[in-house]
Amino acid sequence: MSIPNPFTALAPRTSHPPVLPPTDVSYVVEDTAVGRLLLAVRADRRVVTCAYAPDDEAAGRWLQRVADRVSPRVLRRPADTDALRHAVEDYLAGRTRTLDVVPDLALASAFQREVLSGLATSVGYGQRTTYASLAGRIGHPRAARAVGTALGGNPLCVVIPCHRVVPATGGIGGYAGGPAAKERLLALEAAGG
Amino acid sequence: MSLPPFQHLVDDHWRDVARLAHGLVGPSYAEDVAQQAWTQALAAYPRLTHARNLRSWLLTITHRCAMDHHRSARRTVPHDDPPSLAGTATVDHPEPPDGELWARVAALPARQREAVVLRFVGDLDHRAIATALGTTPGMSRRLVSDALATLRLDIEDPS
Repeated sequence: MSIPNPFTALAPRTSHPPVLPPTDVSYVVEDTAVGRLLLAVRADRRVVTCAYAPDDEAAGRWLQRVADRVSPRVLRRPADTDALRHAVEDYLAGRTRTLDVVPDLALASAFQREVLSGLATSVGYGQRTTYASLAGRIGHPRAARAVGTALGGNPLCVVIPCHRVVPATGGIGGYAGGPAAKERLLALEAAGG
Repeated sequence: MSLPPFQHLVDDHWRDVARLAHGLVGPSYAEDVAQQAWTQALAAYPRLTHARNLRSWLLTITHRCAMDHHRSARRTVPHDDPPSLAGTATVDHPEPPDGELWARVAALPARQREAVVLRFVGDLDHRAIATALGTTPGMSRRLVSDALATLRLDIEDPS
């Protein structure tokens, strides 16, 4: 065996990651009052992802979906997400009742779009509805379970308030961010923000 | 066809790109070359048709940017200067990080230097080096072994 590769020990003394220009999608992973969120916006600042990402693996799965459905040019550029970050922060602190951002349902399936659009236009701040009722409202009265699944994969949590949908049988039902996060959001809105 | 988010490439490979740029053009210009390589890679990324060998793709772009740097550096030499030897781009190594190894690498003939840096800093195989240099894997192997002989380094090159 000869000497080990001496080149591997050589590295520039000072170097840092490249500084890249704004591109198709910018994201940040942000710790919030309801959990760790992956926030991603397009170049025009429309919001493509506001999703719970408790660990790197979950964040990686969302980012891969963004890469596949929107563009693979995805960069971690926190400053580009400032408007969304502040909107979420203000809402969670009870300072605002609406998030002043433009949602983009690029990551949603056709059925999810129906469900999420129906939800966004019919259930206001502090209100609740049930899976069955929402299913009926969008013209699929027998699809309560499918509506639940569609909401469970909501790429725009908080922005499109899937936490306002609860089971008809009582309890608060499932939530991507966990039941505690859902409970907290419902309590926040019940208190009037 | 699925490409990973570009940020993953940056996170996984920025150190390799910086090292390769450093090895090819020296510390003063390494950052410019690396920055340019990343900008070009980002622009071209969505046109890739597969996600195999992304590291090797990035290092090939870095090599091309380094060669562009050498070419434009040569063009800026004033006409009344003594003509430089064809193909011997100068490498700026005022402070070699490893005592004198970089100075000796910088003094190699251009093709040998590129090949040995791509092989041992970039850790590319001879097929990838041949693609970057526009030559054959056999010639790449030969350039690397000549460079190692000149440097008097007894490194195994199993690639």
